[in-house]
Amino acid sequence: MGVDDIPLAEIAGLAQDARCEALQMVHRARASHIGSCFSAADILACLYGHVLRIRPAQPDWPDRDRFILSKGHAAAILYATLALKGFFPRAWLDGYCANGQPLGGHAIAAGVPGVEVSTGSLGHGLPIGLGMALGLRRADASHPKVANHPRVYVMLSDGECDEGSVWEAALLAGARRIDNLVAIVDYNKIQSFGRVADIIDLEPFGAKWAAFGWQVIEVDGHDHGAVCAALRLAGGAGRPSVLIAHTVKGKGVRYMEDQLLWHYRSPTADELRQALRELRS
Amino acid sequence: MRNTFISRLVDLAAQDERIHLLTGDLGFSVLEPFRDRFPDRYLNVGVAEQNMIGIAAGLALTGKKVFAYSIVNFAVTRALEQIRVDVCYHNLDVTVVAVGGGVPYGPQGYTHHGAEDVAFTRVLPNMAVMAPCDPHEAAWATTHLYRRRGPSYLRLGKGGEPAIHGGALADTAGSGWFDLGGGGRVALLANGPILGECVKAAEMLVAEGIGVRLISVPAVAPLPTAPLLTLARECDRLVVVEEHSRSGGLGGAVAEVLSEYPGMPAVKRLGLDSGKIKTIGDQRFLWRENGIDAAGIAAAVWSWVDGGPALMPGDTI
Repeated sequence: MGVDDIPLAEIAGLAQDARCEALQMVHRARASHIGSCFSAADILACLYGHVLRIRPAQPDWPDRDRFILSKGHAAAILYATLALKGFFPRAWLDGYCANGQPLGGHAIAAGVPGVEVSTGSLGHGLPIGLGMALGLRRADASHPKVANHPRVYVMLSDGECDEGSVWEAALLAGARRIDNLVAIVDYNKIQSFGRVADIIDLEPFGAKWAAFGWQVIEVDGHDHGAVCAALRLAGGAGRPSVLIAHTVKGKGVRYMEDQLLWHYRSPTADELRQALRELRS
Repeated sequence: MRNTFISRLVDLAAQDERIHLLTGDLGFSVLEPFRDRFPDRYLNVGVAEQNMIGIAAGLALTGKKVFAYSIVNFAVTRALEQIRVDVCYHNLDVTVVAVGGGVPYGPQGYTHHGAEDVAFTRVLPNMAVMAPCDPHEAAWATTHLYRRRGPSYLRLGKGGEPAIHGGALADTAGSGWFDLGGGGRVALLANGPILGECVKAAEMLVAEGIGVRLISVPAVAPLPTAPLLTLARECDRLVVVEEHSRSGGLGGAVAEVLSEYPGMPAVKRLGLDSGKIKTIGDQRFLWRENGIDAAGIAAAVWSWVDGGPALMPGDTI
């Protein structure tokens, strides 16, 4: 399959629609983390629009690829993407963070088709993904062997890589050459209380993963063709892969881009209108 | 108990391919029978307990029944958030198996004292907590937790614990409440190997004319409340003995239940004293230091039923 097979228009549409939905969700809920959603939006559109082997109408299909949003605070963009792909009704998005509704502010798996794992505490997704990858590599009565093992994709934030448990999993996955595990770091360079480079500089970031035995692919996380091509390269190299996706926090709305403020702030009605106009233009 | 556990797990794994065993690089001379027989279902994850519990959750999410093994504080305390979020929140078939419950590693210091693990685990959602007293109960508990769906914690001793029960327990033998006999208006409830000291204490008390009923309660969560309430209505005093902090363990669980019913007997809790965490010594020495060897238990009961205060002088909670 070549680059020409990548449905770029469809992916771009999915990313744009998901951004618009997520923006309205966080505005309605007066919630945070829209900047973290927007840096991840294009990668999620690539995954759900092209890369993942999934069946939205059969979310528990045993041979599906798994996706874990380890940076669970970007739940709004995941929910929006899943709804747009038909995992659950779009109307559910209106109840984001609302009393008694299924979609919580951090990713909730219970009762939400398509969300594989509940997350929100950083550093949990990669170990769980490693366990899933191990479980899916093995055949038993309940999971008959398939020709192509399902893959497990785990999206981490850059700040999340401060957590030691990330590196515990990275160490073991590399040493055991778990090649159906793919990590994706949404490297937007801003973490909770400042710039990554000022808090704990991760660089040389790729070299760290490579030293742990991972295939490292660096990519512009907003270039759909490049992300899809990179994810196709991932896996099959006899070792786990990490996509270091260089992204921009708040990508898509100029006043949000590369601003720490939009890790926290919820858009006002005026800001919402302006942002939607920009996203839809 | 360790060897009984692994022997039973090997038997179960021979029947059920879903069973997987993880270890955080511990289990020398214990886990080899499983490792050698089921190498594809065994993984030493290295000295990385948070990762171990996350992996256990991930495996369980693909349909496996996972047992994750280490020493108490490394398995439970180090990885507590992974147990809470990854395992309990998702209600997964993961059993955390820990050796060193209480102070069998007493000379190694407080890092190796399993003093608060029952408190940490028994409040977690969906969690079953079992602290068997001897090899017979360890085998029963392993099977019981295997059959139960959802997260659980199996708290074992160090190894070499003598049998207290007269023989193997039927798999169907209830949910973790074993009446060991005796009679009278005082009941001694205990779990874990410290139960052996309670047996001796009961003999001492009977010799002094104080009848004692003896109950083994490996199930701290869910606590078997029906037999507890029946017992409480038949007794004047309940004494709970555990090789665990006096706070938050079996004694705390019993007190929580009984406090909601009028007219219930008072509960005295005997266990490890948080003021003595820097005391080093072997298990028997630390039992004595904490007043939970047979003589200490008998003295505490004697003093209490004889009109003494519920809290002994010098006690801390």
